[in-house]
Amino acid sequence: MLYREAGDFKTTYAADSQTFPIAFDRWRYWAVLAVAWLVIPFVIDDYWANAILVPFLIYSIAAIGLNILTGYCGQVSLGTGGFMAVGAYSVYKLMTAFPDVSMLIHVVLAGFITAAVGAAFGLPSLRIKGFYLAVATLAAQFFLVWLFNKVPWFYNYSASGQISAPERFVGGIAVTGAGTAPAAQYLICLFFVTLCALLARNLTRGSVGRKWMAIRDMDIAAEIIGVNPLTAKLSAFAVSSFFIGIAGALFFAVYLGAVEVGEAFGIQKSFLVLFMCIIGGLGSIFGSFAGAAFLVLLPVALKVLGVDLLGWPSSTVAHLQLVAVGALIMFFLIKEPHGLAQLWRIAKEKLRLWPFPY
Amino acid sequence: MKDTAAPYVTTDGRQIGDVLMDMRGITLRFGGVEAIKNISFDIREGEIRAIIGPNGAGKSSMLNVISGFYNPQEGEVWFRGEKRPAMKPFQVARLGIARTFQNIALFDGMSVLDNIMTGRLTHMKTGMLSQMIWKGRAEREEVENRAVVERIIDFLEIQAIRKTPVGRLPYGLKKRVELARALAAEPKLLLLDEPMAGMNVEEKEDMSRFILDVNDEFGTTIALIEHDMGVVMDLSDRVVVMDYGRKIGDGTPSEVRNNQEVIDAYLGVAHD
Repeated sequence: MLYREAGDFKTTYAADSQTFPIAFDRWRYWAVLAVAWLVIPFVIDDYWANAILVPFLIYSIAAIGLNILTGYCGQVSLGTGGFMAVGAYSVYKLMTAFPDVSMLIHVVLAGFITAAVGAAFGLPSLRIKGFYLAVATLAAQFFLVWLFNKVPWFYNYSASGQISAPERFVGGIAVTGAGTAPAAQYLICLFFVTLCALLARNLTRGSVGRKWMAIRDMDIAAEIIGVNPLTAKLSAFAVSSFFIGIAGALFFAVYLGAVEVGEAFGIQKSFLVLFMCIIGGLGSIFGSFAGAAFLVLLPVALKVLGVDLLGWPSSTVAHLQLVAVGALIMFFLIKEPHGLAQLWRIAKEKLRLWPFPY
Repeated sequence: MKDTAAPYVTTDGRQIGDVLMDMRGITLRFGGVEAIKNISFDIREGEIRAIIGPNGAGKSSMLNVISGFYNPQEGEVWFRGEKRPAMKPFQVARLGIARTFQNIALFDGMSVLDNIMTGRLTHMKTGMLSQMIWKGRAEREEVENRAVVERIIDFLEIQAIRKTPVGRLPYGLKKRVELARALAAEPKLLLLDEPMAGMNVEEKEDMSRFILDVNDEFGTTIALIEHDMGVVMDLSDRVVVMDYGRKIGDGTPSEVRNNQEVIDAYLGVAHD
């Protein structure tokens, strides 16, 4: 009943092109933001932060990043894990080189470094498309992981070859290191999620986003209306890698604390983020959140159901989880290539008319 | 055969101006195949110029040369009094040349409005940083360009389908949206590759009216390829006729209609 556009007239083009044209959606958005910022930080405990909320937020940023490249610009990438590693190692080098600078600045700088690396690895996209590009980005994935393992400078010559985050602060409150409060972990991730989602949304609704989508839908026609494929593709790679770099930096510094590159940022990570985009919905910011939430919650839900309620051995449940993810990927590719976001959109279309059929 | 005409006034009183585009001795080869053989013609400001010819005559290749898809091996392309160097299609677009395609080339994943807004991309200059912030410059630019696009939407009478994804539209409307996208660029020269292909009589009449209105109201110079002779003869001010990559006729519709070589090309000649 509340979900209506009737009576909600737009009198300017600016109002017509806003993110949530329906008033109810706008209120829901502000409500979600308010709960996320004002309620959750006070009730969050260690389990919720580390098992669910922090990974969800970080993967959301990574999924937004990959969605810009793959969902909006149509360039398939399997290098996400590698680019996350670039973000992680950049932030590690920055944290150890400049201990007094705020973490917020370090994470953003790590994003910029990753953007430069991503744009460099995006160069092959000017020549090759589709599967071949996917394989080229796969090369980036393996090369970057190899590089961070091989060159001791990146891990500050530590004996184990691992990097571990020292304690660093934002305005006097520890956000990395062993003594970090769950609320602080959560809030710094939430800050970057809010920022990234806003930036991504603004980019994709304006002329830059249209350039990307034009390249995705038909690159020849895009060129004929004046889109330079070089700048369009490279900017998509750069922006996408910027977000992925931020995600990688947070994943290492805030979430894990200590990282071995092949384990944390291997090829599985690339696939995981790609699956989030596919299940959530390619070409949708909301879909990035939905996909991240889904794939973070699925193992937790299966564990609660299988191990805690039914008493199965945890190895069985772990295998079951792989089967379930595989089956879901196939289901979505066949039945709903636009993912959860499309299901959500259809539900909303239906809701607009409900309870009437027309 | 008359190759060029001086500025002239058409029968319905439109002033045709100076040479806008001048093709000089264009030759285009694909390996050993000569698709276009030493063709020269010009397009004058404000006129509707048709390129006709039997299948495989090289008409679409000619349009692709104009829009920068192919760079000819020989010959020069002059646009607005300047020799145009070899260019990529997106650079040609920025000069003010827009086109539509024979088989529709719209962006299926985007709405009609977004598709037409892509036509404004050559006019939208704000950098990525202001786009990220949105409020201020980016939003202002978006609104200004939206106003231009809305005028074109009104003009082509597609208000009702503004927010519809292009993939869901029927063929005739897709053709119209593609015209709208090309018009949104406010081109100096508009190239239409078979704008009426696959349309029924009613849709052809609509499209013809839109082409004439575009030429009349916006003063846009139009070059079009079309197979329907009735349409070509009614719409165009001057016609270039091609056959096997050569130019066999050039002039007003009535001149071309009475050209023996053109008649032979279309009807065939008896070999004895």
